[in-house]
Amino acid sequence: MSLRATHRDAGPVTVVDLSGRITLGDGSALLRKTIRGLLADERKKILLNLADVDYIDSSGIGELVSGFTAVKNQSGDLKLLHLTKKVRDLLQITKLYTVFDVYTDEKAALGGFS
Amino acid sequence: MTAGAKHLEITLETQVESVNLAEEMCLRVAEAAGFGEDDCYRIGMSVREGVINAFHYGNQERPEKKIHLALDITEEKLIIHVLDEGTGFVLADVPDPLAEENLLSTSGRGIFLMRAFMDEFDVVKGRNGGAEIVMSKKLPGPGDNSENGKGGK
Repeated sequence: MSLRATHRDAGPVTVVDLSGRITLGDGSALLRKTIRGLLADERKKILLNLADVDYIDSSGIGELVSGFTAVKNQSGDLKLLHLTKKVRDLLQITKLYTVFDVYTDEKAALGGFS
Repeated sequence: MTAGAKHLEITLETQVESVNLAEEMCLRVAEAAGFGEDDCYRIGMSVREGVINAFHYGNQERPEKKIHLALDITEEKLIIHVLDEGTGFVLADVPDPLAEENLLSTSGRGIFLMRAFMDEFDVVKGRNGGAEIVMSKKLPGPGDNSENGKGGK
């Protein structure tokens, strides 16, 4: 299943709802395009909702890190919401779980942005 | 090869689509071999990462080069070989993606994931001078139970 991405505004925060697989090729490219597009529109507070993302490979992990760094470099913030078990496990074994701010509740996540 | 052992080989083009094709093929083989859902996920991910490695690092995304994938099922384990047509690499030279200075690297986690998900993992010099990834997972026994209750560990 290829990746789908839609986004909605929640005050100053943009919530990106992702579904499908973030993998080498179209999935990683769409995530990159989505984050870079938001930054170009000066939307620098980004919450990635991964509730419907059940698969990420190393390319997808790299794209998450790349997006995180790109947002931080523009003094923005990128957080993650609703990780599936597989994605959470992947972020834990790669030690990225401690790098990202991860939330299980959207309201709490929105409140976590300064 | 022992009685009952099975061998399957496929030559893949150096293109992104080969990654999905290899993963899907190996998933079917792993399911048929009796691996449970969790192990199938780990095997599929490892094959995916092996072919990505061959596609990107080994063959440098050059379409005239091929990726050679072979599967062996013995009485004990599923063995996967991924051979590229590059110049090879030394496993010890691969940076540790868990090192503090590499945590925010955008690449370099494929080898780590294969090591984490498979029982055995190695990289050897292939017959053509490229890198050959060799990795295996022990077949599930009759009494094995995974988290999903479908066997595997």
